[in-house]
Amino acid sequence: MKKYIHMIVAAVLVVIVAAGLIYLLDNGGTAALLPEAAAAQAEPIDSLFGIEFKVIAFLFSLIVVLMLYSIVFFRRKKGDETDAEHIEGNTTLEVTWTAIPLAAVLFFAYLGGQSLAETLRADPRPEIISVIGQKWQWSFEYPVDSVAVDKVASPVMYMPVDKQSILYLSSRDIIHSFWVPEFRVKQDALPGGEDFVRTLRVTPTKEGVYYLRCAELCGQQHTTMIAEVRVVSEDEFIAWRNGEVAKLSDPVAIGQSVYENNCKACHTLDGTQGVGPSWLGLYGRQEALTDGSTVTADDAYIINSILNPNAQVVAGFPAGVMPQNYAEVLTEEQINALIEFIKTIVP
Amino acid sequence: MNEQKKGGFFSIGLVRGVLGYLVGMVIGLALVTGIRMILGLTPTTPWDPQAKTFFFIEGAYVAGAMLGTIGFMLSVGVVGDWLKWMRGIETPSHPTDAFEKGSKRYLSASFDHKVIGVQYGFTSLVVFMLAGFFALIFRTELAAPGMQFMSLDSYNTIFTLHGIVMIVAILLGVGALSNYLVPLMIGANDMAFPRLNAFAFWINIPAAVTLLSSILLGGLETGWTGYPPLSQTSPSLGMNMFFWGVYFAGLSSILGSLNVITTTIRMRAKGMNYFRMPIIVWSALATAIIGLTATQLIGLSFQMVSFERLFGMSFFGPENGGNPILFQHLFWFYSHPAVYVFVLLGLGTISELLPVFTRKPLFGYKWVALSSLAIALVGFLVWAHHMFTSGMESYLRVPFMYSTLLVAIPTGIKFFSWVATLWGGKLSFETPMLFVLGAISVFLLGGLSGPPNGTVSTDLHLQDTYWIVGHFHATMFGGFVFPFFAALYYWFPKVTGRMYSEKLGKLHFFLMLPAFYVQSLGQMQVGLLGMRRRIADYDPALAPQIEFTQLLVTIAAFVIGLAVLVSVVNFVVSAKRGKVAVANPWRSRSPEFMLPSPIPVHNYGDNPFEVIGEPYDYGLAGSAYVSIDPDRAPKLKEPPVAADPVPAGAD
Repeated sequence: MKKYIHMIVAAVLVVIVAAGLIYLLDNGGTAALLPEAAAAQAEPIDSLFGIEFKVIAFLFSLIVVLMLYSIVFFRRKKGDETDAEHIEGNTTLEVTWTAIPLAAVLFFAYLGGQSLAETLRADPRPEIISVIGQKWQWSFEYPVDSVAVDKVASPVMYMPVDKQSILYLSSRDIIHSFWVPEFRVKQDALPGGEDFVRTLRVTPTKEGVYYLRCAELCGQQHTTMIAEVRVVSEDEFIAWRNGEVAKLSDPVAIGQSVYENNCKACHTLDGTQGVGPSWLGLYGRQEALTDGSTVTADDAYIINSILNPNAQVVAGFPAGVMPQNYAEVLTEEQINALIEFIKTIVP
Repeated sequence: MNEQKKGGFFSIGLVRGVLGYLVGMVIGLALVTGIRMILGLTPTTPWDPQAKTFFFIEGAYVAGAMLGTIGFMLSVGVVGDWLKWMRGIETPSHPTDAFEKGSKRYLSASFDHKVIGVQYGFTSLVVFMLAGFFALIFRTELAAPGMQFMSLDSYNTIFTLHGIVMIVAILLGVGALSNYLVPLMIGANDMAFPRLNAFAFWINIPAAVTLLSSILLGGLETGWTGYPPLSQTSPSLGMNMFFWGVYFAGLSSILGSLNVITTTIRMRAKGMNYFRMPIIVWSALATAIIGLTATQLIGLSFQMVSFERLFGMSFFGPENGGNPILFQHLFWFYSHPAVYVFVLLGLGTISELLPVFTRKPLFGYKWVALSSLAIALVGFLVWAHHMFTSGMESYLRVPFMYSTLLVAIPTGIKFFSWVATLWGGKLSFETPMLFVLGAISVFLLGGLSGPPNGTVSTDLHLQDTYWIVGHFHATMFGGFVFPFFAALYYWFPKVTGRMYSEKLGKLHFFLMLPAFYVQSLGQMQVGLLGMRRRIADYDPALAPQIEFTQLLVTIAAFVIGLAVLVSVVNFVVSAKRGKVAVANPWRSRSPEFMLPSPIPVHNYGDNPFEVIGEPYDYGLAGSAYVSIDPDRAPKLKEPPVAADPVPAGAD
């Protein structure tokens, strides 16, 4: 009789503790644990989190309450040298606690598959955004329908609210990863060109400013590889994009855009020490190189530094850090615009 | 026979080994540099740590590390017999140690599995404290927003080393438990291959030296996972030291596993069929099966990146037709099963100790035994859950989600069996039992935080965040750290012949458990809110939400460090001055407790025991497990033979 009393009391305690935790989760708990949800893709993920947290709460209560109960009520009496009851096992119990979890696991995997499918759902005619990661900044390219240019580049990611954007993720050097916590979904950005472009669909649902933070360790400056994401109304989005197109007639502005989208992470404009040499006063100055020679920073030198970064390394900086594939990334026109921009960076 | 080998400092194996490493290293550096000079290539570079050039080129340092490792192994004293066999000279079947006792014995090559077990255990604790020290450094940096005293570079190096050095510490701890316990618990007098055993232990030392030399050769910026293209293009020479250090440590795993499997299959006592082995031997067997078959993949994947760096090969470099995702498949094919190597013995320790401290049989022994094998098997089928965001084929994520969630089944069987063993038992709460109970709750937390990662859609949010860091620390503490301490306290009297201080043991526990909960829950919370892992500083936008938790987690880490120090003081002082222990302080049924403490050199000598009952039949009147049980077995014809007992405390 006594055995069953223990089982009943313990079972009741498990239910009380589990119910208490589940109640807390449902009433603000889960919401407090997660960042605000700002994308449609967050919905199926958050609802699955909700279920998962409750299952965790239940299972944790089950094992820990029974353990604590045993610690309190099944203590060895002082001086008692006898053993406890000789119970070796119970096949029915074993089968039950194998079969029920098996069914539960398969069910949850099924729910997981459904939830994944929801996040992958494709809307017709999404906004196209290319997301390009490189050590250690992000840049975003938007296709445009203008006579002069076919795309606009921006260091800030503008997204129209309540419309699905399809992000084409790629990297210029090593593996980075796209993640905005409020959007939930995450995807690595891979180097290697077309074959390695990966997509992510995001439908922002709340206007505001969010942060994209690289989520795959990418070396020294991984910590600060952050970009701003601005979710704006569709009208604002179109207005912004048109404005960017307009800017693209002035070479210095083009050069500045090239700088912000490709060089900003490592080269400062104000003289402070960065991963690479600062551009303050760069044009025309004498640079000391690692091989001991000195060279004038003229057009030829700057172009060579961009296309063959390891050929002439400035003294005090390591070789092998600057990406070596800018020849494929930047057009001649862009490089010339960049030089025009550099000429304006004087103290 | 009892004459201790005379010899000074330079007869100690470790000293010779280090000298051998230095000689080998110099030869390696000279060889590559010399060849380059002959070929007309630049032999050296300027010494400029800022520019990450260190006089000799990377290939020279790799040759130095390899020949250094070979030099160490030739000098420490483990290959002597093998070289003799190559020359046709016969040797005794079980080699004798150079030193009979004392600290020199433990610092030199020994072929006694018990000495090797202690060597593994001691080295594990030292390496564990080193890795913990690294953690305290970067946790101090993380306690407040903004960079306080570390550079981004040094931060990356320190957390990378924390990860890999901890992994080495855990592998050493697993080696300690397997090597010390398996022969004793199956009734064997040593492992099947004593020389291989010594070799497998000692190769960890040059491996660790090579690994740690990365600090001096440019640091590490990749995390312990070493993904290319970053690990291929990173300018640091330390990257290659990392690869080859891990490679040699992996070799230790493989060889040790071979030994455990052979010993378990071939050297069990009379009457010990597989389902009458102590349960921890099942864990050791399952662990060794994984170690023997999976470890090659991390060696392979690191070797491939090393060759990319040294010879310009392009396995993973897309610019030449390679694929970076391939690395991740190869790497995780080992590194996922590896986590079961880390925890199975800890889980086995829990199963082994619970019956002793509840005076009740292990509930469902057969199911628990087979669950270890099941975890090992299913563990091979889940690796790509580390790659849900990697860009591998999208549909492939679904089957891996199913297989990953399935691991919960055999793991659940263990949890339910443990609860059922506790239920209705007669519990006592000495230090080993406290750590077992702590381990169960902590591993539960770790295990339950797994399914959200194993489910693809929620993993999209969680991958590469502090939730993952919280998950794996909880599983590692629950599956290794807590049970390892339980095992250390439990077998301490048997190994040393003296009792540890129960007061300090309890202090250790009551500091470490709550601190660990704070750390774990804190990490999971900040991860959910958006903190990435492997970052030196938290994003300003996120700081207000997480900085207080970060401070708590740092404080918790220091409390854990303090707790570990308490245990080390306890072990060191008690070994010399603890109360002399009785042979069987826990009234265990297990065979090793029927021997005197410390255990004589030849274990059971010429009088191995016979298995005459089930291992965990507590509560069954008149039953004994082994024929040499003085309290339970029928009147023995002769008392258990203790060949050459070493008096307690003699050292």
